[in-house]
Amino acid sequence: MGIVGMIITGIGVLFLLLGNFGILRLPDVYNRIQAGTKCTTFGAFFTIVGIGILEPNWFWKCLLIAAFVLITNPISSHAIARASKIIGVLLCDKSVIDKTEEFKNEKGV
Amino acid sequence: MAKSSVKNESSVKNFLYLFIFMMLIWLALTSSLHWQELIVGCVVSIVITFFLNSNYQPLGLPSLNLIKIFYIFIYLIVLFIEIVKANFDVAYRVLHPKMPIKPGVVIIKTSLRQDIAKLILANSITLTPGTFTLDIKKDKLLIHWIYVRSENIEDSTKLIGARFEKYLGKIFS
Repeated sequence: MGIVGMIITGIGVLFLLLGNFGILRLPDVYNRIQAGTKCTTFGAFFTIVGIGILEPNWFWKCLLIAAFVLITNPISSHAIARASKIIGVLLCDKSVIDKTEEFKNEKGV
Repeated sequence: MAKSSVKNESSVKNFLYLFIFMMLIWLALTSSLHWQELIVGCVVSIVITFFLNSNYQPLGLPSLNLIKIFYIFIYLIVLFIEIVKANFDVAYRVLHPKMPIKPGVVIIKTSLRQDIAKLILANSITLTPGTFTLDIKKDKLLIHWIYVRSENIEDSTKLIGARFEKYLGKIFS
């Protein structure tokens, strides 16, 4: 049981590390949010569940915290990204397409 | 008369769902089945449900039945697989020495109507490989894509949104 918990926590920590690499290496704020959101959600989820398996008394509490992280993390990153789009942070030079102007004129149904 | 009784029935149902949800959270927090804990949990859940019930009704959560619960399970499994794929995708792009990225901002369409369904769709898109939601307006979503494979609306809708929309459409029908 202890070994399983440690392996799962280890996987979570590994993905948090990869998320950090992403934030350092990717060129602009939007790509960094991509790495930041995915790796921190997955990494935090696995780290917390792993701790829950290491300490069986905390398992259900840890699962509750993990579910909360899974629900709220995308919302917070969406808020950051939308705010930087509204302020007008530019995309990096590598970008191939930007439909923001078209979206602004969109009426919708 | 008949209409009001239908409304009554659905509000009782909503009350029960919210009560069961609160009770499950209580059980997870205390993680014990001692009868004293259960009684306190029941009282607290009823009080919270009583105050929150009217706030949750405008959200338009769907009424549940067995088929919908089945689709919710399938949806969660699909979502989990996509999250795992997303992480390996990001890991590959970050660790590759040349960084194979081709970022761009595209628009996709959705056929979902309820706000809560669109919220779940947007959150799912944020957690899946290489895409995340920047903005929503009516039936259009503004998506940032780390590796743009298609620039027109129909193809990107198929590539990004379709795999979730078919299940969400069933759950919220």
